[in-house]
Amino acid sequence: MVTTTSISEATPAERPVRRARINLRRQLTGFAYTIPTLVFIVVFFLTPLVLVAKMSLSKYGLLTGDEGINFPRNYVSIWRNPLFWPSVWFTVQYTVLVTVMLLGLGLGLALLVQTVTRWSAFLRTVFLLPVSLGLAAASLLAYGFYSPAIGPISPPLEALGLIDNPIAFLGTSLAALLSTTFLVVWKFAGFYMLVLTVGLQGIPDDVHEAAALDGASSWQNFLHITLPLLRPSLSLATILCVTGSLLAFDQFFILTKGAPDNTTVTAVQVIYREAFQRQNLGTAAALSILVLIVLVLINILQFRFLRGTERD
Amino acid sequence: MRMPRLWQTALAALLLTAPGTALAADPLGVDDGTQLTLWTRAATQVRVDQLVQAYNASHKNQVTATYVVTDDYQTKIGAAAAANGLPDLFSADVVFMPNWTSAGLFQDLTARIDAMPNIDKVAPAGINVGTWDGKKYGMPFIADLSVWMWNKKLYREAGLDPEKGPTTLQEFADQARAVAKLGGDVHGTYFGGNCGGCNAFTWFPIAWADGETVMNPEGTESHLASEEWQQIYKVFRDLVADGTMMMPESKDEAGPTWTAFFPKGVIGVQPMPATQISALVGSGLEDADIGVAPIAGLKGGQSTFVGGDDIGISRDSTKADAAWNFIAWVQSEEAQVEVVAKNGNVLTRTDLADNKYITDPRVKLFNTIGAKGQTPLGKNFGATFNDPQGPWIVLFRDAVFGDGANLESNNQAMTESLSE
Repeated sequence: MVTTTSISEATPAERPVRRARINLRRQLTGFAYTIPTLVFIVVFFLTPLVLVAKMSLSKYGLLTGDEGINFPRNYVSIWRNPLFWPSVWFTVQYTVLVTVMLLGLGLGLALLVQTVTRWSAFLRTVFLLPVSLGLAAASLLAYGFYSPAIGPISPPLEALGLIDNPIAFLGTSLAALLSTTFLVVWKFAGFYMLVLTVGLQGIPDDVHEAAALDGASSWQNFLHITLPLLRPSLSLATILCVTGSLLAFDQFFILTKGAPDNTTVTAVQVIYREAFQRQNLGTAAALSILVLIVLVLINILQFRFLRGTERD
Repeated sequence: MRMPRLWQTALAALLLTAPGTALAADPLGVDDGTQLTLWTRAATQVRVDQLVQAYNASHKNQVTATYVVTDDYQTKIGAAAAANGLPDLFSADVVFMPNWTSAGLFQDLTARIDAMPNIDKVAPAGINVGTWDGKKYGMPFIADLSVWMWNKKLYREAGLDPEKGPTTLQEFADQARAVAKLGGDVHGTYFGGNCGGCNAFTWFPIAWADGETVMNPEGTESHLASEEWQQIYKVFRDLVADGTMMMPESKDEAGPTWTAFFPKGVIGVQPMPATQISALVGSGLEDADIGVAPIAGLKGGQSTFVGGDDIGISRDSTKADAAWNFIAWVQSEEAQVEVVAKNGNVLTRTDLADNKYITDPRVKLFNTIGAKGQTPLGKNFGATFNDPQGPWIVLFRDAVFGDGANLESNNQAMTESLSE
């Protein structure tokens, strides 16, 4: 806008009028193009957000409906919920574990698919297949797989005399966490491979060749050329993975339902329980708003970090 | 939208309670070709479907039933209630009834129920559980009971009398131990060690049989740390400790497969729902080898958890007279004998157990034990006992798999949840 005015001062009198008219028209056209998106954002994002925010300020039973403002009751009750802090701690543990595993494995698979030329199409398909499965369906599959009652893993091991009793894959807190992590890694590793493959293919070959000519070993090449240039893709993958893991629900809802002894309850499970078991939409909405704020803060931090490192 | 409905309801209530007019309406409702909608949970689909088909075949009114995934049922009812879109008729797992009646989801049926002929022959537990603040909102619909079942073949192999099931909890434990000694794939007993609903259904009758309680009558105070209950937990803790209980399956059992092992013929004795015996006959279990006994207490006695579904007319329905016709018909001899008994299920009438279809003494037991049973009442029953993250699972897992050191504080958490 500043440049437009400075130009208009220097030009003859009729031109700025036409120019302004064209500008207005262009702005209107541009605005018209954004209308569909704007409508979607208002209807599907802003309106529900406002409704949830209002819900979180009200006494709002699942069966009774809105019974008026009761702020700050719902927010205060969050701190008294005995499941709250354990669920936060568990969600953070799960997120760190899954993010490290998924990014590490995704990068490994991406490098493998890129270096192995002969089988790359086949390998890529194999790694991507689980991605096409729904998470709930995959969780149900895993439930049958892990079940000591109907699972296929324990019987052959028992027959071989390696174990006396069926393995309880979901029996202890640690076992349940690792079993669920295994499912999620199996399901999503292919996806992160894809994200990172795109990043890898964006690195021009001549950079690598130049480094090789300068006498860099392949490890130095990876560490000082590939990794820095892959940073945008890695950051995107991290943001997706952290956000997705913090909102984990389906896999635990189906596999463990919080068992054993409420040690695998995630933050979203607490929200679900408040809404549908305890029938209190008010406290569920307050928790949702809290989770939203935390997610926005984490994403801001991640973007900051990403931008900061790019400037270096 | 709401004003005329309130006004209409008020007028209707006035007409019904006014002397002289109450009896003018047909106590069995009207059958004038009304289209009715009915929602129920998928868990009771087979039995509801039998009733609906028989009703539609013999009446002008037509009922269209919708079966909702059991785990989603509460959510679906909640969403429909919020949108004033409940169907004419809907059923509720009895343990959720107080929650829904207290939230005003049903129409008051007190006048209709009291005017019904043979009302004294209808299973009282089903009416009690649908009563809130002295008003009756529900009638029994589908009956489900808990009993002990034992495997006679395994009893013979273990040197026990195959015709003599347990009559006390101690005998239950002793017989399970004898069977467990057979070893191999065979286990003494099995239970849902991570399933709140399962252990409400199968353990409450143990205390009731001894004349003890689970909660206060209002369902707001937990008695689950009493002397009686401490002894009950100890019996199961010992069964787990000495390997009589099938482990580790029991500890993880969240409900989906808690009745799956008995039909395989690998369990000596365990509590089971009173389902069709023929449904249990399978790869490892023959009809003749299934023994059925009432659940007993530490000292003896007999009791059962009268579960299943209640049915009522939703507050949103404008077709109450026709909807009542269906509810009243379910209690008729025609429906109870020719539909329920004929299909081998448990009746909701107490006087019809002697009929041409019930010849098996085990099915006869199903149909007579209900009179000695109870249904627990509590507005927050579901959130306390059925919720996978609720306090009941925490309490009994600590008491059975742990040492029960936190029993007092866990029981306090139960009372807090119940009275919230």
